[in-house]
Amino acid sequence: MNIVVCVKQVPDTATERKLRSDDKTLDRDAADGVINELCEYAVEEALLLKEAHGGEVTVLTMGPSKATDTIRKALAMGADKAVHLVDDALHGSDALSTSYAMAQTLKTIGFDVVILGSESTDARTGLLAAMLAERLGVPQLTQANKVDIDGTAIAIQRLTDYGHDKVEASLPAVVSVVEKINEPRYPSFKGIMAAKKKPVQTLGIAEAGIDASQVGLAGAWSEVVDFAAAPPRAAGTIVTDQGDGGTGAAEFLASKKFI
Amino acid sequence: MAEILVLVEQLDGDVKKVTLELLALARSLGSPSAVWAGPGYSAEAKAKLAGHGADKIYVADAAEIADHVVAPKAELLAQLVASAAPAAVLVAATAEGKEVAGRLAVKTGSGVITDAVGLGEGFVADQSIFGGGVNVHSRVTKGTPIVAVRPNSTAPVAEAGAGAEEQVSVALSDAARAARIVERVKQDKGARPELAEAAVVVSGGRGVGSAENFALIERLADSLGGAVGASRAATDAGWYPHQFQVGQTGKTVSPQLYIAAGISGAIQHRAGMQTAKTIVAINKDPEAPIFELADYGVVGDLFKVVPQLTDEIEKRK
Ligand SMILES: Cc1cc2nc3c(=O)[nH]c(=O)nc-3n(C[C@H](O)[C@H](O)[C@H](O)COP(=O)(O)OP(=O)(O)OC[C@H]3O[C@@H](n4cnc5c(N)ncnc54)[C@H](O)[C@@H]3O)c2cc1C
Ligand SMILES: Cc1cc2nc3c(=O)[nH]c(=O)nc-3n(C[C@H](O)[C@H](O)[C@H](O)COP(=O)(O)OP(=O)(O)OC[C@H]3O[C@@H](n4cnc5c(N)ncnc54)[C@H](O)[C@@H]3O)c2cc1C
Repeated sequence: MNIVVCVKQVPDTATERKLRSDDKTLDRDAADGVINELCEYAVEEALLLKEAHGGEVTVLTMGPSKATDTIRKALAMGADKAVHLVDDALHGSDALSTSYAMAQTLKTIGFDVVILGSESTDARTGLLAAMLAERLGVPQLTQANKVDIDGTAIAIQRLTDYGHDKVEASLPAVVSVVEKINEPRYPSFKGIMAAKKKPVQTLGIAEAGIDASQVGLAGAWSEVVDFAAAPPRAAGTIVTDQGDGGTGAAEFLASKKFI
Repeated sequence: MAEILVLVEQLDGDVKKVTLELLALARSLGSPSAVWAGPGYSAEAKAKLAGHGADKIYVADAAEIADHVVAPKAELLAQLVASAAPAAVLVAATAEGKEVAGRLAVKTGSGVITDAVGLGEGFVADQSIFGGGVNVHSRVTKGTPIVAVRPNSTAPVAEAGAGAEEQVSVALSDAARAARIVERVKQDKGARPELAEAAVVVSGGRGVGSAENFALIERLADSLGGAVGASRAATDAGWYPHQFQVGQTGKTVSPQLYIAAGISGAIQHRAGMQTAKTIVAINKDPEAPIFELADYGVVGDLFKVVPQLTDEIEKRK
């Protein structure tokens, strides 16, 4: 089975994240890049599927050259090889452009199943998996907290607001996973050493069959008009409980008409 | 006035509150048309939609729409975008709403803005990003603006719209039928509202100490008619189910009132609740970062403060 796992490098949420004042895009140099946490669950699920059904796991990342760190992390967990889509023309792509570039790349490299995280921690749009399914014309099996494959049949449990849906389809398909679907493994020392030798193919937009006018800041379908640091919240009232802390809080809620 | 499509969120025919909020928002910018997708349409649903400003109601109530994941709703909306040429399409920024928006954007060659917390003239959206640290104005520049709006971004307005019904049939493509829903499993949540759209959320963290102790949090939530949330420390410990986790890798909530008990207020937790209008924190550590956000904070033991608060609320009812 040809399993492709989409992995994104994101700024560490523990550091201060900023937009650039010049083109209003995410300042990827200002913060340390780490693997998007939900992508670790996607990698783990890909490795579990490979262990159960055989095949190969390919990591696909679109991002600047420093995203190689994140690719190595996924390889150290056990993925076999990687494709790194890297091109200055991609800078500033919105969700539509990103999904277009990734769909073109997926068509180029081929796949039986594509696995994504359900959301990134930087942009948090949660759009990519549905957009890829639409662009590739394959079943959308998103928000999965359980994935089963049997031959070419695939079934997932899709988390919903009311519980879950059982969903069935045939491969090829696009899957996105939620946190807690599995417990991502830590790369072993051996894994980290082996990752250094695993093949990483870099592709520019021309090689991936991507039309330059559909990507980057100029190709985007949406724009940031302006932005500003959120004003600090007005300082609240903080009291120490002297045995009447609950009553005081109730008083406050009443003053705000919550009770 | 410009027509604005609003995708109705409903469960078993019950229109969700977020849809009424979206209708209010659409009404401030044009003429709202509610789009009903799936079985369960009723006179009651019609009254609710028209009573909250819908001038038109497109009814596509074929059972088949609900039998497949997301794609049928996107096809229906794409069909209406082509026939009605609306000024914009609004959906709720729930996981599924956003997926519908994503597919619709690809189909119609339109940009999409997600997680708007407000929407103004020219469909310029307010977004609150990086865990609430930065406020952004953004807009769609190509195609029909598609905007996914967070629940509780505005209040529903009871104002009658014309409510003209129009039946719509949609011929689903094979691609839209590719992912089949073979079973729906509904968890019994009792009378509590859904976490993402609740006006009041009461969350417990590591300080709650055990699964049994979450009964305290539930009692407080119930006294306020609210939903229960939890920090990751609490869901990781198995004290409360994971789908109630609030934060960066959990749900994003934006309620009128958020009460955090025994939660320190880590940046990843704040990312999921920082746009709450009023925040109350109960924590025994005066240095806990959650107090930086709190409109009202009690430094104290939650096992004393929470029951007293609950009793006091019950007393005042
Ligand atoms: C704060 C902020 C807000 C934004 N808001 C919008 C908006 O409203 N509308 C819009 O069109 N664009 C928006 N963007 C742009 C958007 O971030 C990019 O288009 C991004 O490439 C895709 O969005 P995401 O990270 O939210 O994807 P998500 O759909 O949240 O990510 C889900 C999964 O997709 C995969 N994935 C995503 N990106 C990559 C990648 N580059 N390489 C490999 N795998 C990947 C990963 O598996 C990830 O877990 C925003 C950007 C920022 C920084
Ligand atoms: C990539 C990533 C993603 C994450 N995503 C999320 C997420 O989605 N949601 C989330 O919540 N976290 C998330 N986290 C975890 C986050 O960093 C914190 O670890 C977590 O929020 C801590 O939960 P807590 O506040 O309940 O626990 P703690 O930080 O341990 O705080 C417990 C608090 O309870 C107080 N307390 C203890 N006993 C009492 C008592 N009797 N009365 C009153 N107060 C008491 C303590 O003073 C303390 O402040 C994420 C972390 C990472 C790295």
